[in-house]
Amino acid sequence: MHEVNWAALSVFVLLFGFITWLGFAAARWRKGDLDQLHEWGLAGRRFGTLVTWFLIGGDLYTAYTFIAVPALAFGAGAVAFFAVPYAVVAYPLLFLVFPRLWQVCHRHGYLTAGDFVRGRYGNRWLALAITVTGIVATMPYIALQLVGLQVVIGALGVSGSGWLADLPLIVAFLILAAFTYSSGLRAPASIAIVKDILIYITAFAAVILIPMQLGGFGKIFSAVPHEKLLLAVPGANSTGAYGAYATLALGSALALLLYPHSLTAILSASSGRTIRRNAALLPSYSLMLGLLALVGFFALGAGVSNLPEFAAGFRQFGNNFAVPALFLHSFPDWFVGVAFAAIGIGALVPAGIMSIAAANLYTRNIHCEFINPNPTPKQEAQLAKRVSLIVKAGALVFILFVPTKFAIDLQLLGGIWIIQTLPALVIGAYTRWFNDWALLTGWAVGTCAGTAMAISQDLKPAFPLKLGDWNLPGYTAFYTLLLNLAIALVLTLLLNARSAARPADETVAADYHA
Amino acid sequence: MNGGGDGRAARSTWSWWYLLFLVQFVAVLWPPFYNRAEPALLGVPFFYWYQLACIVVAAGITAFIYLVTEK
Repeated sequence: MHEVNWAALSVFVLLFGFITWLGFAAARWRKGDLDQLHEWGLAGRRFGTLVTWFLIGGDLYTAYTFIAVPALAFGAGAVAFFAVPYAVVAYPLLFLVFPRLWQVCHRHGYLTAGDFVRGRYGNRWLALAITVTGIVATMPYIALQLVGLQVVIGALGVSGSGWLADLPLIVAFLILAAFTYSSGLRAPASIAIVKDILIYITAFAAVILIPMQLGGFGKIFSAVPHEKLLLAVPGANSTGAYGAYATLALGSALALLLYPHSLTAILSASSGRTIRRNAALLPSYSLMLGLLALVGFFALGAGVSNLPEFAAGFRQFGNNFAVPALFLHSFPDWFVGVAFAAIGIGALVPAGIMSIAAANLYTRNIHCEFINPNPTPKQEAQLAKRVSLIVKAGALVFILFVPTKFAIDLQLLGGIWIIQTLPALVIGAYTRWFNDWALLTGWAVGTCAGTAMAISQDLKPAFPLKLGDWNLPGYTAFYTLLLNLAIALVLTLLLNARSAARPADETVAADYHA
Repeated sequence: MNGGGDGRAARSTWSWWYLLFLVQFVAVLWPPFYNRAEPALLGVPFFYWYQLACIVVAAGITAFIYLVTEK
């Protein structure tokens, strides 16, 4: 690997030092009793419109996103832009569904998706399925945040042999674990403000300065090979790349808000109105992500993969090195430090929220449901804090000892798994017409079929569905959601016809709006 | 289709304005609309600037729906 870039490293370390202080100081921000789980894990549900904007933005638009989407554009071209329609269709869902979920969770003191499903359907096994899915889908996602961190640390030229090579990553993670433990959700929320400001500065600098250096957008795009510039036009009797692109965007959007870390950030808002306002304000992050996807093309235009000083980085990190290499190539050293700090801190914010979300799920829906039904509030909060440490340690071990590709594959499967919770959670926000056992069966079939379909395609997102003469390649998660819904629908009709007796619903229709 | 039985309260939260969301769904989920290079804008092919513009339009639609439905 190349020489250590001291100027960039100094700025990077300085900014990291600042957010470390901020993470610990956050415990005193809008002070609450951190021995209560809703204070530690949801920051007392007191975040207004602006903080919620920073928090959800910092949560959904992760470091890995900022590395991987441009890397996909760099490697595969136009298909990477599915991130844009994905973001466009996700926010109406946030606007319509999640204020209802916020209301009912607020009214009944629910902290997790498992809490809601348990209360709504009165079925602990359905709640367990939702909980386990959430935890399992989140774990590889945390690990992937570390990949983002690893790439920028490597790009700063920090290297070593043996365990020393992993030391910076371990230090960053210890910092994260310590302030999440002591400050709860307040830590990632306060750090998200710094991270998002840095990311905005970096993105706009990249989109304005680099095209100027490269001689304008026209020149950059004329250097992009034709087959990468646009989607391939489908052949006869096939929806081809069009269907794959649209279902990938729609399926990803449907899955996005079901992740435990999304729900945690959404539930920490101070009202349903705060969430609706954010549905209109959060697209500013999508715009930035779209612009950053273009940065993948800038990297093609600048030809960074052919420069000898970056050969080692590309060998180690593959296309994920495209954006760091372009920044090193185009920016002055001190600004490289700012940009890399933005990505590095961008890893800590979602990783912190994800570990809190997973800890909330375990504590509320596994421990309190199956192991110790009557903890004191203090025991409950204490357990969640400890679990958050275990979750992060697990992710760290995963990334240090398991090949990165495995984390990426698992994260892809995670999308297929988490989308199977949509019927219980999203439709459950409107009606409990669906039978709880029917939902559980639909979930199980969707999860198994999705996993098998993905493995049969070597874990590529698109499945080549064939219906009669038609080829309909599309996102596996989307197809298996349809299967899940169909099964839940048919079984509900059968089961409800046989017997009207069902577990009690804790909630009433009035709980779902202000 | 309403849980709890009091359908009237649930219906009162529905607004016909929500149908405006369909505009942004169709605009971005139908690639034949925009899978072409021309007309380019400042050298950016249509495929890319159209979808970026959709983000801005969608945010505007969402803000509009918020304003007309919030009492």
